[in-house]
Amino acid sequence: METYQADGWTALGDPTRRAIFERLADQPLAVGELANGLPVSRPAVSQHLKVLKDARLVIDRRAGNRRIYRLDPDGLGALRADLERFWSKALAAYKAVVEQREEESS
Amino acid sequence: MSTQAAATSVRTQIVVEAPIERAFSVFTEDFGSFKPAEHNMLAVEIAETVFEPRVGGQLYDRGVDGSECRWARVLAYEPPDLVVISWDISPQWQIETDLSKTSEVEVRFIAETPERTRVELEHRNLDRHGEGWEPERDAVGGEGGWPLYLQRFAERIAG
Repeated sequence: METYQADGWTALGDPTRRAIFERLADQPLAVGELANGLPVSRPAVSQHLKVLKDARLVIDRRAGNRRIYRLDPDGLGALRADLERFWSKALAAYKAVVEQREEESS
Repeated sequence: MSTQAAATSVRTQIVVEAPIERAFSVFTEDFGSFKPAEHNMLAVEIAETVFEPRVGGQLYDRGVDGSECRWARVLAYEPPDLVVISWDISPQWQIETDLSKTSEVEVRFIAETPERTRVELEHRNLDRHGEGWEPERDAVGGEGGWPLYLQRFAERIAG
């Protein structure tokens, strides 16, 4: 099993990033606001946001001297992450079914 | 892989120890045996998943109470090499009735040896689901919007 690229599923495999992602689903937030509610440092939050951004799960915009993060409005990153998860599970289960039947018949 | 094509599709593959004919027939005839259980838009448990093996056929789940959920159409059916189905499911995991907002899944079967088959899957045109998301985005806190989606998503991650 392999996927061809770094993906949203991998990005959301980290619990802190998942927490950030879920908080941004409630409302757009700045880095500092995110860091206040999480047991990690602000630079760590910035790093996690970069990963989420690269996976197309979140976007940011500048508001004065702050940078506000929100979920990618077209949702494509989240949808891709969801479907990657779905198909990876499906194909793994498929392999088990195919090879089990093969053993039974041989 | 930062091209637009990559961003709007999901690709994955797997190699199975089985002849191509068997790999193809299990994928189509026994789709319900490996489809992740959380993929259920019925209110009840799924009794069976039916894959009608012809172009124009449908994929549907039949619930234990007889209810049905038709969630894909067969767009190409070329045993044992290729099958393409539509994906008539919205990002919120509800049936999409506007067919212009549906994506498609291409599955190719390649015989690596007489007893080994590589299965390549591409779920593409995901951006088609994006059109018309505006109202859902505005109602981001509404029931059935992101909260439901995220809950299911989180369950899937946890599972």
